[in-house]
Amino acid sequence: MNNRMNFGALPAGISRRQFLARSSHGFGAMALWHLLAGDGAAATQPHFAPRAKNVIFMFMVGGQSHLDLFDPKPQMAKWHGQPPPESLVASLPDPQIKAGTLMASRRAFKPYGQSGIEYSELVPHTAAMADEICLIRSLHCEQSTHDAAELLFHSGSPLFGNPSIGSWVNYGLGSVCENLPGYLVLISDDGRGLEGAGSALWGSGFMPSTYRGVTFRNSSDPILHLHLPTGISAATQRARLDALADLNRLHQQSTGDAEIASRIASYEMAFRMQTAAPELLDFSQETAATRAMYGLDAEQTRPFGANCLLARRMIERGVRFVHLLHTSWDDHSHLDKHLANNCGMTDLPTAGLLQDLKQRGLLDETLLVWAGEFGRTPMGEVRRGSTAGKEGRDHHPFAFSAWMAGGGVQGGRAYGATDEFGYNVVENPVHVHDLQATILHLLGIDHERLTYRHAGRDYRLTDVAGKVVKEILS
Amino acid sequence: MGPRLRRFKMRNRDTANATRIWKRQGKLYRPTFVVLLAWLCGLNSGEAAEPVRYNRDVLPILADNCFACHGFDKSKREAELRLDLRESAAAELPSGVTAIVPGKPAESALWERVSATDEALLMPPAETGKRLTAAERDVLRRWIEQGAEYEPHWAYLPPQRVEPPPADGSESAIDRFIRSRLAAEKIEPSPEADRHTLLRRVTLDLTGLPPSPLEVDAFVNDRRDDAYERVVDRLLASVHFGERWARWWLDLAHYADTDGYLQDFLRPVAWRYRQWVVDAFNRDLPFDEFTIYQLAGDLLPGPTASQRMGTGFLRNTLSNREGGADLEEFRVKQVIDRTATVATTWLALTIGCAECHDHKFDAITQREFYQLYAFFNDADEVNFNAPLPGERAPWETAKQEHDRKRAELLAPVAAPLAELQADWERRMLETEAHPGQSYAWDRALELLGLQWGQDLGEGQLEGLNIIKTPLAERTQDQKDRLLDYFLSRPPAEFSEKFKELKISELRSKLEALAKELSHVTRAPAMMKAPAQRVTHVHIRGDFRRAGEVVQPGTLAALPPLLEGRQADRLALARWLVSPEHPLTARVAVNRMWQELFGRGLVATSENFGVRGDRPSHAELLDWLAIEFVRGGWSVKVMLKQIVMSQTYRQTSAARPDLAERDPNNVLLARQVRLRLSAEAVRDSALAASGLLCRTVGGPSVKPPQPESVSKEAYRSVWEPSEGADRYRRGLYTFLQRTSPFAQFVTFDLPDASRSCTRRERSNTPLQALNLLNDPVFLEAAQAFAARVLREERGTNGEGKEGNVDERRLSRAFLLALGRNPQGAEVQRLLAYLRQQQELFESDAASAQQLLQDTPLVEGSSAEAAWVALCSVLLNLDEAVTRE
Repeated sequence: MNNRMNFGALPAGISRRQFLARSSHGFGAMALWHLLAGDGAAATQPHFAPRAKNVIFMFMVGGQSHLDLFDPKPQMAKWHGQPPPESLVASLPDPQIKAGTLMASRRAFKPYGQSGIEYSELVPHTAAMADEICLIRSLHCEQSTHDAAELLFHSGSPLFGNPSIGSWVNYGLGSVCENLPGYLVLISDDGRGLEGAGSALWGSGFMPSTYRGVTFRNSSDPILHLHLPTGISAATQRARLDALADLNRLHQQSTGDAEIASRIASYEMAFRMQTAAPELLDFSQETAATRAMYGLDAEQTRPFGANCLLARRMIERGVRFVHLLHTSWDDHSHLDKHLANNCGMTDLPTAGLLQDLKQRGLLDETLLVWAGEFGRTPMGEVRRGSTAGKEGRDHHPFAFSAWMAGGGVQGGRAYGATDEFGYNVVENPVHVHDLQATILHLLGIDHERLTYRHAGRDYRLTDVAGKVVKEILS
Repeated sequence: MGPRLRRFKMRNRDTANATRIWKRQGKLYRPTFVVLLAWLCGLNSGEAAEPVRYNRDVLPILADNCFACHGFDKSKREAELRLDLRESAAAELPSGVTAIVPGKPAESALWERVSATDEALLMPPAETGKRLTAAERDVLRRWIEQGAEYEPHWAYLPPQRVEPPPADGSESAIDRFIRSRLAAEKIEPSPEADRHTLLRRVTLDLTGLPPSPLEVDAFVNDRRDDAYERVVDRLLASVHFGERWARWWLDLAHYADTDGYLQDFLRPVAWRYRQWVVDAFNRDLPFDEFTIYQLAGDLLPGPTASQRMGTGFLRNTLSNREGGADLEEFRVKQVIDRTATVATTWLALTIGCAECHDHKFDAITQREFYQLYAFFNDADEVNFNAPLPGERAPWETAKQEHDRKRAELLAPVAAPLAELQADWERRMLETEAHPGQSYAWDRALELLGLQWGQDLGEGQLEGLNIIKTPLAERTQDQKDRLLDYFLSRPPAEFSEKFKELKISELRSKLEALAKELSHVTRAPAMMKAPAQRVTHVHIRGDFRRAGEVVQPGTLAALPPLLEGRQADRLALARWLVSPEHPLTARVAVNRMWQELFGRGLVATSENFGVRGDRPSHAELLDWLAIEFVRGGWSVKVMLKQIVMSQTYRQTSAARPDLAERDPNNVLLARQVRLRLSAEAVRDSALAASGLLCRTVGGPSVKPPQPESVSKEAYRSVWEPSEGADRYRRGLYTFLQRTSPFAQFVTFDLPDASRSCTRRERSNTPLQALNLLNDPVFLEAAQAFAARVLREERGTNGEGKEGNVDERRLSRAFLLALGRNPQGAEVQRLLAYLRQQQELFESDAASAQQLLQDTPLVEGSSAEAAWVALCSVLLNLDEAVTRE
């Protein structure tokens, strides 16, 4: 029996899609289209030819120190322990940050690859891939608190309630992956837990919940309840889903609540994930060499390494946007110890992912982004009982570093520069909105034309700003 | 155009990326409803005497149209003009003009620019897409005319009582405020929800459980005028009321059953505080007393056990017991968390950042942070004997005998042991005062501090505090506990003497004796530290860098502490609930409102500071706050007022006419559909199935969950409970901080390491997998089916009662959704039922598996089909939504 035909409440001649379109209020036609992607709708056309199809967005929560990882300042040694020039810090509102003394990085830097770009000794594996990487040393924003800066980086606005970049990308391009959500989130931490804006970073804001990032657990069992419970056959499961969809649709008709369409879509996605996810999560076919590349067999690198390998497997299966978060890099004290630990956890798997994508020919169509919400001050910070040798650095939004690789960006490139303290950008500034515009551009999306109507206004990821950084495109 | 104006404009053009920054304003747009203002002001325009009020009338206009470029944010400020402060707004700008000349609109550049006819001069600029209405301009003009007086931030001013405006057909003040606003916007409110929906809504909101079929029938057929009010009164009197509202409060307290940090030791008596909260809500303990007991119950004269137990609120702070942790560092962290939690819970102020520096946005200095901190710096953790019913008498009887035997055992070594212990205590105190002299003694002190009562949830500094208490002032209980600790962890240098005195044999005997003594349950609480601690400002948040000494005190922006009282926690608590306090009552009623409408009148219920949202209905918020205090701080009375309102009783159906104008339902022209909380999702399924165990209170339980989850914790301790404890309400589920209950996490349980004022309500495929495939929910479907088959017997086509499957379906709908099915639903589900029955007939193995352990009454394929049907009902969007 075909359940879908026996659907008494629907007036004759109205398809499911028409039904949904008629009974939903408050969200756009494009959104509806995507909700129904599982019904075979094709992905939306990009605005122009894309350079990348997928994004792996690696976000280092807390704000990692650019001065100790990516932006060498050898001149700092001679000013170590001295107060920063008054002109530099005059505008800072916080007298305590102002009062800090300059702290030279204790990290050795050296040039890597053909391009000879300098990286810190803390990230040797990433640095070994320097010729694939476009390092941006001139990123900046105006938000100096975690929540606001993280939200800005993800949603283009420092306020809560706006969709994440992963939501925007899926909204703009649709998902080509039928059996997995188009936006997946993988989280790891160094024992300090997830801080800052938390789940708002992968929230869909005012877009339907279908665009929200779906989180996997960082454990032996990343998705719970994937398997049918005892006594429920595949046929019953399908029939349950059909009955549920029909009843939920009837209820949507009477309440007019568009969120019910998302619930229906969630169930359909859950159903398809039952088949697709176990295969995705099964690493048994990965070779020993691959496992080593991602550091799966060492305790320190396993949590992040497993997420990196999952990311590759996800994009292989067509997942549009994979969001890795690693926390926390908020090193107000014990900078050396914490940086060494976090780099120890992430550097090798990050490089492994880059290398693996390359050797599989996936790097051309995949854009890797590695960033945090801001950098750290050139001045040292003494706080929370930290004593000599255990200093940290404070938040620094005026200049920081991030990198991109693959999907249409130049490898072996260092773009932009900061002053001799790493305090201000002095060359080729890249605002966070510019980076977002560039990411969308590489995906074939014009950031000024990708809009979503909400509360009577057209919203954009890049607000009313953003300029594509054309100079770094390959 | 005068020369002044021209210069102002030039200045703007000079700014390199002026246009871009102007445009940025657009993003800060928040939908507000200036139309109402326009209407109000329109009415008033003839009355020149009507005073314009800054917070009510002017601020919304400036904030939405001007502050993005002329406000607090220095990096975006244009023309060096700042309009959020009077002194800046009234000062001459570098361009030579003055934005506001109080009393003289004609000389004020602000007025010239907002009323300009030249598009190039008009403010706000066209690029922002904003435009002031004539009424808004008029407000600004009259405000300047009347002297351009500013007011402090609204939340720091005491609530103002405003008579609710008249509105057609509404008696409730709430409705009059809400509806007069709707009328001004020319929006019709929604009609009242049907009785089924209304009953399920108010039952879920007040008790967290769905209504029973009997309750549905009773209400639907009750034709008395006060039928609804009777329901509300019944629900408020239900024991389950306290459970539902306790969970609301526990989010703020950030309650859990373990210590947190890596090792995450158990807190087996944490539940005593949870129980205290349930009881407090059930007996409607007035919110002022509720506040005082939680912050300072121990400081009341001759405190009762219950008053002391209230201070368990302050015991939900994390404890680090990992060897090597610095005692003072983590004690300081606890005090900081207590300070921040209290500020969030009662003041809705985020003050945590003032730990290290002055608050960047609110008027909270670092010094003020430490003044608040000082109230808690003297509060130490302590557990006390708080016998459960039935425990006291047997314990007291046995205790005398126990004490006598214990004294007998100790007598032979009493004198030398006392000497050794005195020496040990002296060395411990010396070590605390002068650490770093001896590694062994540093370590011994650290262990005493960290591990005292580990896995028992005892306070970390209890042992050390007993040592600091003069011998004569120690209770027998304290003496015994300290001695037991001393005997179990002697310093290495005492080992010879311990051998001589045969202490290890003595210990075994004492332990055996202790086991004979009947159990008495303890409870976590707080106490005043034996020695007063001096509080310093921690320079840059470093507790080792003592800045100036501060005394306990409150924030300068708020009223002062009550005169003539010692500035202790009790004074702080009394200050919070003093009638003139501008925040406490507003913050509390706003959170109640949020629970019942999905968002507060102040949407940022965690932040009433200057960066928080302004109230959508300021006068209603004030009215509720004043009523709350006047009504004796009764939570039940306040909730009753809200749920009795027509505003609450409206349907939650979407309003296509408002989809663009009011997508977030700020104006409340309808109710809202809210996904149930993590706990209520579980409770509802168990309630429908009849599995739910409704026992109120007691220790936490561990319902089954996937093995992989319990393995994630540092120590695997998840032994699933047996019997009825598998089906207790979610409130009672053991909360392990490092690995919280998986189903709850999937449904947005907040992180218990900090205070949470509003939960997320997500909608993900993971939730679908959980409800579809979790054996716990399938078990609920099995029991649900068995119940339906049991409660509606008969065969199809029999008698006037009609088709039994239809009757069963109606029953199942009533149990799961609190309503009858519609024709289309019946048709669809009966088809599904027949299809499943056919399927199970051809797949007997599945049917058998599905029915395992389920005592059913009919043929197995029919029964299995009912299980499959009931599982569909439990998965419906409606089943996990409060309509």
